[in-house]
Amino acid sequence: MKAKHQRLTLVVVAAVALIGAVLLAMQGLRSQAAYFYQPAALLKADVPPGQPIRLGGLVLPGSIAKAADGVTTRFSVSDGKATVPVTYRGIVPDLFVEGSGVVATGRLDAGGVFVADNLLAKHDENYVPRELGNIDREAVISESETLIK
Amino acid sequence: MHRFANPTRFLKLARPLTWICFWSGLALVLGACIWGLAAAPADRLMGDTVRILYIHVPTAWLGMGGWVAIALASIVQLVWRHPLAGIAARAAAMPGAVFAGLCLLSGSIWGRPTWGAWWVWDGRLTSMLILFFLYIGYIALVNASSERGQTSRTAAIFGIVGAVNIPIINRSVVWWETVHQPPSITLSGSSIDSAFLWPLLASVIGFSLLFGAIVLMRMRAALADIRVEARLQRLAAA
Repeated sequence: MKAKHQRLTLVVVAAVALIGAVLLAMQGLRSQAAYFYQPAALLKADVPPGQPIRLGGLVLPGSIAKAADGVTTRFSVSDGKATVPVTYRGIVPDLFVEGSGVVATGRLDAGGVFVADNLLAKHDENYVPRELGNIDREAVISESETLIK
Repeated sequence: MHRFANPTRFLKLARPLTWICFWSGLALVLGACIWGLAAAPADRLMGDTVRILYIHVPTAWLGMGGWVAIALASIVQLVWRHPLAGIAARAAAMPGAVFAGLCLLSGSIWGRPTWGAWWVWDGRLTSMLILFFLYIGYIALVNASSERGQTSRTAAIFGIVGAVNIPIINRSVVWWETVHQPPSITLSGSSIDSAFLWPLLASVIGFSLLFGAIVLMRMRAALADIRVEARLQRLAAA
């Protein structure tokens, strides 16, 4: 075996070992590295009320309601398997619309309602020009409705 | 590849190639920016903020591409002992770091109006920040090396090991729940409307050509440095 081939073998073996180690580590991190719980995962995780957590999913179409005080917004977050009701006091982001993605930071209260201190809107991977937007807006909502069903 | 082991032969090709890459890249980038800022449509949800796309995506692509180049060149350096490989790896570090930094910056500016936050510690943003720190570490290691920079094996090993972060960045939005959206352009197609996609493609190609030009310039500067040093040593010996 020439020295060049020996070095090549060494680099390949080292690379395979390294990639294997990283994949194992990522597998181990899988649940810890998630930025938020989806509703089904949240209900399964049995998080005690009052513990700060993040909840993410789609805003259930037709669920957004403004409370009488004008600053509290109520809506439901869904992942197609489960739905969690959320209340949030404050200004909602521009991208917060029915059927869009949302990440809320807050805690569950004793009644199972998620009380959010902070809302982040999530943009999806679709980029659609505004001219097509009016036609598409309906499509997005019906699409997410079918997704949730 | 060993045809170019001779620096003189490499320089003969690199000199015209630098300027071809530089001017065509600059023209494409300017054209793409005008196209993206003035002619391309606004997004249905994000409005005009979508125009950051034409800077954010190319810088992210080159921030990651720069490290892939470092890793590949480091393998060539370690296995085949190609004299130019180490020089190429070190030449890609600084522009790679700059593009990774620009990606973080443009992403942060984009995140504030769309998500409602300058920064979140999700998988994508955190792994990209780690890439930026890896670049800084690599540059520091190359500069601190007591061996001549272009033959440092420590830096080459660091370059190869650091490459594990690249697939992590790429897969982060698929593996973990993140605020950053999943990839728009995949092997099965693109979910970006063609009205955005064409200026984006022009911008990505343009920035890539500029990146190539910068790497070639830095390689030529490094070769010139080596020559100066050799000549000074010869003068001192005489």
